[in-house]
Amino acid sequence: MYDFAYQKPSSLADAVKALSADPEAKALAGGMTLIPVLKQRLNKPTVVVDLAKLGLVGVSVSGNTVTISGMTTHGAVAGDAGLKGKIPSLTELASHIGDEAVRHRGTIGGSLANNDPAADYPAAALALGATIKTDRRSIKADDFFQGMFATALEQGELITAVEFPAPEKGAYEKFRNPASRYAIVGVYVAKTAGRVRVAVTGAGQNGVFRHTAMEQALSANFAPDAIAGIATPPDGMNSDIHASAEYRAHLVGVMAKRAVARAY
Amino acid sequence: MPQVTLTVNGKQHTVEVENRTLLVELLREKLGLTGTHVGCDTSQCGACVVHVDGVSAKSCTMLALQADGTSVLTIEGLAAADGALHPMQEMFREHHALQCGFCTPGMVMSAIDLVNSHPQGLTEKQIREGLEGNLCRCTGYHNIVKAIAAAWPLMHGRAAAAE
Ligand SMILES: Cc1cc2nc3c(=O)[nH]c(=O)nc-3n(C[C@H](O)[C@H](O)[C@H](O)COP(=O)(O)OP(=O)(O)OC[C@H]3O[C@@H](n4cnc5c(N)ncnc54)[C@H](O)[C@@H]3O)c2cc1C
Ligand code: FES
Ligand code: FES
Repeated sequence: MYDFAYQKPSSLADAVKALSADPEAKALAGGMTLIPVLKQRLNKPTVVVDLAKLGLVGVSVSGNTVTISGMTTHGAVAGDAGLKGKIPSLTELASHIGDEAVRHRGTIGGSLANNDPAADYPAAALALGATIKTDRRSIKADDFFQGMFATALEQGELITAVEFPAPEKGAYEKFRNPASRYAIVGVYVAKTAGRVRVAVTGAGQNGVFRHTAMEQALSANFAPDAIAGIATPPDGMNSDIHASAEYRAHLVGVMAKRAVARAY
Repeated sequence: MPQVTLTVNGKQHTVEVENRTLLVELLREKLGLTGTHVGCDTSQCGACVVHVDGVSAKSCTMLALQADGTSVLTIEGLAAADGALHPMQEMFREHHALQCGFCTPGMVMSAIDLVNSHPQGLTEKQIREGLEGNLCRCTGYHNIVKAIAAAWPLMHGRAAAAE
């Protein structure tokens, strides 16, 4: 690992300042992505700004909206009883990210900011129509994800919280890589009054995307049969040693049908 | 050089580190606690698992500086002062849950966290899922699962027969 300067500010303003002053500065949340990247020398930050003292931790439920602070770990999301009562498909998703030790440290803000094309939370944010709150603005999930590892965040901009409206029902089905536990294909289906959103992760070369053909069919009839005839074209799908583009395209249909059948 | 003050196995240490020093490097190289192993470069194998403030963490994927002010428990901190093994260590021995032993320190630390966090009971499925972050190249896992199931009643003060 290359060496770097290290700061652990105790206010959000100081963290934003440190990160904005230097384009090579990097925020550190749970470190479950950043530290492996540093170990492989794939990134060479000048300054690592540790967010641990900002206190951005916790889940709160207000009416039909759940707010998860940016530094809340996957384990804390998975175990939150209030959230489970509102959006059980989201606590379930968090409980299958990585493994126990990863869930003890990895955070929702880090996962969304990283926007790994095989990560789980981006599918939840897009399907549920979440709003990403930062130190300076609110960004709709539809505008937030901008391709593989790319987001709408500016240099130094930090995710402080994520707001999720509770759906009538939803489910996330992940066909996971047995070694890394990331999604080879994951589909999150969320049904709210009169409309359905379907978000697909793991499959697309540009990261998470909405499956509009399936959304239309499911909005008319929320049943697995409604999407049985909808083929997903393999163009633009990832192809690697784990799965070909054709196989991923096929899995999108299978995972979507399972998610609709299991939505709760 | 930056300094880290932390408690390891009940004893407080102040250690000089580089910003990039990993927690596992602090434990092995600065404190000589070589029971915690490094088995991979990708945060996947779990050989390096220790407890940080009571919960399992991969010490190869934490900066030493992130552990400042925390309390860390490693495999060396489990046995009693008179050498009596922790019930989990005892059950690993009894059920032949190790062969080469390389994965064992991380397995035992993850297993203890798993038992601690499931006071209501622990099914075989939960044990297998709970070990997803720990890889073993020797045992085939069956005996590890048996050892953990056997340690649960001991750690929660229940007689095994009551299960
Ligand atoms: C073995 C293993 C298995 C995994 N399996 C899965 C899986 O199955 N599914 C899955 O989705 N993920 C998986 N992950 C990734 C894991 O979920 C990470 O926790 C997550 O991707 C990054 O979160 P973090 O808090 O660790 O962020 P870090 O690694 O600390 O940071 C990641 C990036 O986000 C930036 N960042 C962090 N916090 C913020 C913030 N609040 N605002 C703005 N930018 C920020 C950092 O600067 C950095 O660029 C796995 C990781 C490991 C090591
Ligand atoms: S050495 Fe830490 S996970 Fe492999
Ligand atoms: S006993 Fe050899 S790796 Fe597990």
